[in-house]
Amino acid sequence: MNEMTTIARPTTLKDWETDQEVRWCPGCGDYAILKAVQRTMPEIGTTPENTVFISGIGCSSRFPYYMETYGFHTIHGRAPAFATGLKLANPGLDIWIVTGDGDGLSIGGNHTMHLIRRNLDCQIMLFNNEIYGLTKGQYSPTSRVGTTSPSTPYGSVDRPAQPAAFALGAGARFVARGFDVSKELPNVLKAAHAHKGAAFIEIFQNCIVYNKDVFEDFAAPKGAEDRQLWLKQGEPMVFAKGTKGITLDAEALTLKVVDVVDGDWKAAGVIVHDVTNRSVAHMLVEMRFGEFPMALGVLYDDPRPTFEADVVRQNAAAREGKTADLQSLLKKGQTWTVTEGGPEL
Amino acid sequence: MATAVEDRADKRQSPLSDAVVVRFAGDSGDGMQLTGGQFTLSSALAGNDFATFPDFPAEIRAPQGTLFGVSAFQINFGSSAIDTAGDAPDVLVAMNPAALKTNVPQLKQGGLIIADEGEFNDRNLAKAKYDANPLDDGSLAKWQLLKLNISQLTMDAVKPFGLGNKEALRCKNMWTLGLALWMFDRDRQPLIDWLNGKFAKAPDLAAANIAALNAGHAYGETAELAGPLKQHHVDPAPVAPGLYRTLTGAEGIALGLVAGAQLAKLPMFFGGYPITPASAILHHLSRLKEYDVTTFQAEDEIAAICSAIGASYGGSLGVTSSSGPGIALKGEAMGLAIMTELPLVIVNSQRGGPSTGLPTKTEQSDLYQAVYGRNGDAPMPVIAARSPGDAFECAVEACRIAVRYMTPVMLLTDGYIANAAEPWKVPDLESFDAFPVEFLTEVPEGGFKPYGRDENLKRPWVKPGTPGLLHRIGGIEKEIDTGHINYAPDNHQAMTDIRKDKIDGIKVPDQVVELGAEGGRLAVVGWGSTFGPIHQAVRRKRAEGQDVSHIHIRHIWPLPANLGELLKSYDKVIVPEMNTGQLKTVLRDQYLVDAKAVNKVSGQPFTIAEIEAAIEGAL
Repeated sequence: MNEMTTIARPTTLKDWETDQEVRWCPGCGDYAILKAVQRTMPEIGTTPENTVFISGIGCSSRFPYYMETYGFHTIHGRAPAFATGLKLANPGLDIWIVTGDGDGLSIGGNHTMHLIRRNLDCQIMLFNNEIYGLTKGQYSPTSRVGTTSPSTPYGSVDRPAQPAAFALGAGARFVARGFDVSKELPNVLKAAHAHKGAAFIEIFQNCIVYNKDVFEDFAAPKGAEDRQLWLKQGEPMVFAKGTKGITLDAEALTLKVVDVVDGDWKAAGVIVHDVTNRSVAHMLVEMRFGEFPMALGVLYDDPRPTFEADVVRQNAAAREGKTADLQSLLKKGQTWTVTEGGPEL
Repeated sequence: MATAVEDRADKRQSPLSDAVVVRFAGDSGDGMQLTGGQFTLSSALAGNDFATFPDFPAEIRAPQGTLFGVSAFQINFGSSAIDTAGDAPDVLVAMNPAALKTNVPQLKQGGLIIADEGEFNDRNLAKAKYDANPLDDGSLAKWQLLKLNISQLTMDAVKPFGLGNKEALRCKNMWTLGLALWMFDRDRQPLIDWLNGKFAKAPDLAAANIAALNAGHAYGETAELAGPLKQHHVDPAPVAPGLYRTLTGAEGIALGLVAGAQLAKLPMFFGGYPITPASAILHHLSRLKEYDVTTFQAEDEIAAICSAIGASYGGSLGVTSSSGPGIALKGEAMGLAIMTELPLVIVNSQRGGPSTGLPTKTEQSDLYQAVYGRNGDAPMPVIAARSPGDAFECAVEACRIAVRYMTPVMLLTDGYIANAAEPWKVPDLESFDAFPVEFLTEVPEGGFKPYGRDENLKRPWVKPGTPGLLHRIGGIEKEIDTGHINYAPDNHQAMTDIRKDKIDGIKVPDQVVELGAEGGRLAVVGWGSTFGPIHQAVRRKRAEGQDVSHIHIRHIWPLPANLGELLKSYDKVIVPEMNTGQLKTVLRDQYLVDAKAVNKVSGQPFTIAEIEAAIEGAL
């Protein structure tokens, strides 16, 4: 989101599509995400020329070529650093970072962390497919233990990173989750855009070639109600058609699933979602799927001043009352004048 | 140094001549850099030309009294042109045994040692690995020795101010400076004013330091008659009238970048990550926000350059700076700036390498890295500064090429230039031609081509936010004109050729001969901070009647168009470099000239005598 956007002319989905042939594998989850983004853009009051998509390297990072906006396909893992320089150069731009689990959490994990802790105003869409797609199927930092791949023929042994927990741990003020084919994805993107600051969105994405249906356990339409917890501000954390909910186990100081009888979630002690509650957010991002449903939607949203706003403010304060006369700056320091009579201070 | 032949160490007779080299050496905590800096200002006010060389350890607070904790500051000042900080000191001030041991080998035969005998106790002698006290055992016989208990004399001088022992002893450097000021017939008042300003909030400390300064000066006056101490006056050097200041290379780069951005009419974005010896540039620019400078201390070297490229994409002049190891990390991003054809200035303050190498010592061993050090055919202009003042002009030139050709530019400096100070005649900014950038803001006739080109093969610069010119750029090979992704064989051939032709076609000034003639028996070809010793050595040899000329290359890539013919007009070419022969290899490759290497990689600059010896060997 940005403040300097003037009155945006109305756009339609078509206005955000480029003439470039989309080159993802048939059936790739990226198609659905691209459509969701293109569908979202006309509704958020910005213009194509004021929007920049910045990506690193990977399947997801081809995204900018397909958005009729400004776009910069950069180098592996470094998109956040390019975004930082661009935003500081022009804070009025609306910047979207497109990255993946390898790009954003492996080679570029450092930059993702620092972008989030600085709180640069932008949207970070991390497409998590738990695999390296573009390099043909090696396991990634989010792959589950035991993932067999060309580089781990006997199964991976390292424990995976959890993107949402990583982001929150880095100091994120906005953390959300969605998945490629979810109808809710545009709403999540809109919320991310409305948040002023670094908005981190983990988007589960189905890699149809190298990690097909790895999210089916919670993303499959059939029985989704039982396995997805869509979080909504001010509403109780209930799922399974209102028959189950999330409560706080006051003794263990953990979350737990409770049965909700006759819709009386209050009696069951179900928590009401408060997007500004950071402690609960930490528990939500750590909820293990299986024992719990997958927490989706806006998990946390509590803005703080942004990096670029603070930089602009400090620059302005430092400039206050000073004139930018370079010639006089050159004359500063230890100076002396040489005249016919010799040097003097 | 200006005094030509008679200056050579082995021929010295008179105590001091019209150019003098003084080296202040002491423990890291003795304030030698500050003493040197103030003596430098005093030299400037005396009208002398000068050059300085600060030589300090990599350790922040090395253990007291140790050999590796010695910090030194050398100044060469004189009544005619001074090009280097001097080969060998005439005067060595040694504040402890370790300082004596590490610095006395360079002292000229017959030179003067001033030693603080108060520090030559058993403990310090042991730390300096002396078996016997060198002040007493006759081992310093080939030099003149003046032992003074500077510690005690300082304590006595500052006694009235009631300082503790530790604080009192910290005034030692001012006592020493006072003596040095007397030795060279200098005015104390500017130093007194400076001390009053520096200690404005602690008048006692100001008074104590001034008392120490005066006591050192008085000691010279009263002790003159006995021993080796003599007062010596060095006349002012004939320099052009005007306003002068002292300038270090880091200041020259920072100010030149600001000037370059102003001449381009652009805001500057500087992305940096702390690294020795480049950090000073980040520090200077961080204080210049009113000049439309935004500085960003990134999380690493890669983020530093990437943020700068991001800012250039947004319409600022992106700048990043580092030293060799950091430059290595930036390599991939430089390739992206070449591929996306965005302006960028990359400053490399070279230091000893490879790897961490010698962080505080100087070297010129990143020339290959600058010219060739990227994946793919990735041509990039390279400019090298020869001195702090030249660094200002080179920084302006780097900005000009970056925006005029839409390309990253590498600006090479080194640890010696970065830290050394020289007198600099403040230039008139009006004398620089502006090169204002024109962004493309609307669809031109014939349609918008993100990779269309002008007569310099420059593509248009479009700021995101501009309606009607939406486009995407990236690191994948670009289609000619449109900039779309294109993997076609012919297209890659054509784009590779265009990128090469663009850089080859950069107009750089013809190479001049710094000293000597076009054509002859021998050309000494240098680049960067070797300018001083080469220039002086060639001057001396020419004074002896030798046919030798000095050529100093600023534009390392592309090389000046006339350079090949110029080099071929000499019978022989030698290339002194602080590396194992990098420019030499480039020249041999480009021109098939039989250039011979003269190399030194000790972390110390060339001496004039070393270049003279190389000239003698070649002739």
